[in-house]
Amino acid sequence: MNELEKDMLPQAVMITIYVLSRQYHVPAGSTILTALEYAGFKLKKGVGCREGFCGACASLYRLQGDYKLHGGLGCATVVQPEMQIVQLPYTPAPKAIYHLEELEPVPEVFTQLYPELYRCLSCNTCTKICPQDLQVMDYIQAAVRGDLEQAADLSFDCIQCGLCSARCPAEITQFNVALLARRLVGKYLAKKGKYVEDRIKEVEASKFTAGYQELQDLSPEDLKKRYFERELNNLIY
Amino acid sequence: MLPQVVMIQIPYYPGCTLKNKASNFETSALAAARALGLELVELPRWNCCGAVFSLSSDDLMRHIAPTNIFLRVQEMNRDHLVEDEYRLVTFCAMCFNVLRRTNQRLRESLEDRNKINDFSYLETETYQGRVEIVHLLELLRSMGWDKIQERVQKPLTGLKVAPYYGCMLLRPKDVGIDDPERPTILEELLRSLGAEPVDFPLKLRCCGSYQTVPNKDLVADLAYDILSRAQKAGAEAITTSCPLCAFNLDFRQKEIQQKYPMFLPIPVFYFSQLMAIAFGLPQEVFGLAGHYANPKTLLATKGYLQATSPLEGG
Ligand code: SF4
Ligand code: SF4
Repeated sequence: MNELEKDMLPQAVMITIYVLSRQYHVPAGSTILTALEYAGFKLKKGVGCREGFCGACASLYRLQGDYKLHGGLGCATVVQPEMQIVQLPYTPAPKAIYHLEELEPVPEVFTQLYPELYRCLSCNTCTKICPQDLQVMDYIQAAVRGDLEQAADLSFDCIQCGLCSARCPAEITQFNVALLARRLVGKYLAKKGKYVEDRIKEVEASKFTAGYQELQDLSPEDLKKRYFERELNNLIY
Repeated sequence: MLPQVVMIQIPYYPGCTLKNKASNFETSALAAARALGLELVELPRWNCCGAVFSLSSDDLMRHIAPTNIFLRVQEMNRDHLVEDEYRLVTFCAMCFNVLRRTNQRLRESLEDRNKINDFSYLETETYQGRVEIVHLLELLRSMGWDKIQERVQKPLTGLKVAPYYGCMLLRPKDVGIDDPERPTILEELLRSLGAEPVDFPLKLRCCGSYQTVPNKDLVADLAYDILSRAQKAGAEAITTSCPLCAFNLDFRQKEIQQKYPMFLPIPVFYFSQLMAIAFGLPQEVFGLAGHYANPKTLLATKGYLQATSPLEGG
């Protein structure tokens, strides 16, 4: 490659970001996670599926000229010039211990297990920070009035990133309340799908045993190949 | 023949209690309102009003919850769920009090409005004081008591009911729905329904409110005073518009009976239950199941219920 050819290679545009208040130059278009790695951070915690599903890489950031504190997933948020970033992969949170079998799907479960729920001020701060764009206040308020189904419904896409609970002036652990609501609805209130029972019968009748065996016998290389070639659109649930 | 009614749609805020512990009050109130041509359309999204109006002058955080509720009324108009209707009806006396007082504060203070609107930047609307908080009783009064009377099919003739107002409907004076010292609105309603209002000296006395949680005993004493004075005045039943008063006066009768063995239980009705009964609505909407002091015996004795018919919820 001569000098001229080198010059013609596409150059990554670099931008300046701040991580824990230190300046770094990273390629524009990176996600927060790839920018951190580019900057030399070795991420052992605060990183998970890298696909926006697991909620492990919650991050807080501010943008230039904007007073608002934003929340986002490190794997799904693209860095912007002058962005100030910190990861908040975990928010200490109380988690009630219970046996679902011993609970009833009644409003009183919240009074017993998460009494702080009733401190909610309806300020909507949780909704402002949620990287999943959930109506967090609305699901908490549904729980407050004992509407388990609505609480479960509105919180369905919660990935337990914890940001809402870090911001809540009433110190509520929204995502654990929501988890309890969804568990109760799933166990006691939701309609039972016949297709689940049918599928269980198929599993018990060994319908899939041969298929699984075939996959298990594949070499890691072939398995990877199969994984990436699978037809997502044809998956039948 | 019942007069033809034209339905009016008005935004309605139920509040947590009427959706939960006192859902039987909601059923009767919605049905009674409907019978009068009022379709109370529940806000599609709502939060708890906070239950107690915050008196601290510098803590605006506590006034955000009611403001959210006002914004939902604007959204209902925007989305044509109601047409140019900025009245918000509620019948829980606690919710009513919080909502109307907050609204009053926001109407008076541009600075407070601006701060809250600015803080609530996720909202698509801002609040400038447009919503009008209306208690269902006020709405009935504005329709005219004769209109209520016209709708009655089974007048509650001979039923002696003591109206109990408590605090939240009448105080403070500038948000109250009636004269804070000599209210008559519940008496007027009872008369329109054919019942006989029984005046008694403690109709404005506080029932103890939330003290019922940490201090059952105190509330039992307060309730005993109120109930026994009403009974002395000749009342066979009590009526109120506040679910918390209703709870205290009704469910604390358990403790009262232990403490004062001579006490005879007295049924406590939500005002809308009496309306539903007098309007001759189906018995399922009366919501008589969630009571402590059994209301059915009295109603059956008076002939307002068929004693033999199986009642909703037993
Ligand atoms: S941040 Fe907390 S107090 Fe505010 S609405 Fe959400 S849950 Fe309620
Ligand atoms: S609701 Fe809370 S925990 Fe769940 S995704 Fe949103 S911010 Fe994260």
